[in-house]
Amino acid sequence: MDGIHDLGGKEGFGAVDPNDPLQGFSQRWHASVFTMVNSLAAAGVMHNADHFRHAVERIDPVSYLDDGYYGRWLGAAENLLVEGGVLEQQQITGRAVAYGAQGDERVAARPMQSTGSDQSGDDTDSVTPAPESLLTAERKPLAAAKFSIGDCLLTRMSSVPGHTRLPAYARGRLGTVVALHGAWVFPDTNAHGQGEQPQHLYTLCFDAQELWGDAADKLEVCLDLFEPYLHLAAET
Amino acid sequence: MSQTTAAIRAQALESLLIEKGLLDADLIDDVIVRYNERVGPMNGAQLVANAWLDEAFKQRLLTDATSVVREFEFSGGQVDKLVVVENTPQIHNVVVCTLCSCYPWAVLGLPPKWYKDPAYRSRVVREPRAVLAEFGTTIPAEKKIRVWDSSAEIRYMVLPQMPAAWQGRDVESLAATVSRDSMIGVTVLEDS
Repeated sequence: MDGIHDLGGKEGFGAVDPNDPLQGFSQRWHASVFTMVNSLAAAGVMHNADHFRHAVERIDPVSYLDDGYYGRWLGAAENLLVEGGVLEQQQITGRAVAYGAQGDERVAARPMQSTGSDQSGDDTDSVTPAPESLLTAERKPLAAAKFSIGDCLLTRMSSVPGHTRLPAYARGRLGTVVALHGAWVFPDTNAHGQGEQPQHLYTLCFDAQELWGDAADKLEVCLDLFEPYLHLAAET
Repeated sequence: MSQTTAAIRAQALESLLIEKGLLDADLIDDVIVRYNERVGPMNGAQLVANAWLDEAFKQRLLTDATSVVREFEFSGGQVDKLVVVENTPQIHNVVVCTLCSCYPWAVLGLPPKWYKDPAYRSRVVREPRAVLAEFGTTIPAEKKIRVWDSSAEIRYMVLPQMPAAWQGRDVESLAATVSRDSMIGVTVLEDS
């Protein structure tokens, strides 16, 4: 999806504030949100990391920029808990008011209504992770890798509606394969209850000029991209 | 939502989940202790210090960091696959995740606030020299910058260059001086 989360190359955000000497959590509620998110899988409402990442991407875009990292996680947790039928959003707001909130604040969560036709409507049976996924998202490949080191590949041009891991700034760009990593769980399907469908993963490096034009820094950007995002430049 | 409002809403959600038996409040304290004390950049710094002192170790770290990390058995934080990229006189490496905030927790702990903020995530893939300058870091124009945007489950860590003046130090004192930011690639280590 063309969401606010896809920040690479966006202009206008201003200077980075480099001051954060802390290790660990600066606020207790950050640790609380962190722990709540870690409990979502046991609660049966978070199926995997891709499902969670997409829940973050789907929060209110203004909140995405405003609420900070743990605010985004809070919104995602609320999305999944409401969608999973554990809580109603009004219950959470009601409790927040009891703790001193006004009750009319902008809320990050935007849980999907279950319409029955949503492709993300989860069929729990199909998303039960394989036991090995507890340790890693790497899988046995279902087919040989299509590409090799040194291949010049063109990335997919278009946006896709759901979760994907090809950033917009690297769409329709030429890059060179510098590493093969075997097959990995495919986030584009795994986030949506459509199974792991393992795909070969490659590191591609892109020249700055290819991404940003002639005035670019002396720079190379490397991305880890799944095979379905890629095709041989000569084929196009 | 202000941070105060977010904190209140988090408290509301926390209390509801505890009532439903889906959250154990003690776990929150455990998480705070684990990430404040045991998981952090001291883990990555150990790898860096060992790599500087032991060429064979360094080669293993650069070719199969995942196995090396498993041997060290750092507590808490896990990594599917770790790749360590080496700074050289020709190349300076920087790590980011533009799509979310993926970070090598197992070796660096929780990411700093700026790593997760829109300014860093949007700009460092496009104008890294300007971003690094905000950290007080100057990369010579003739040196190439390679930015690693962590777009899958592989995590990246930078092996910084050791300042010449640090020759002769032992692994403990080296590890104590390797900064988190140098292993993300936004700073370089200087003689001190």
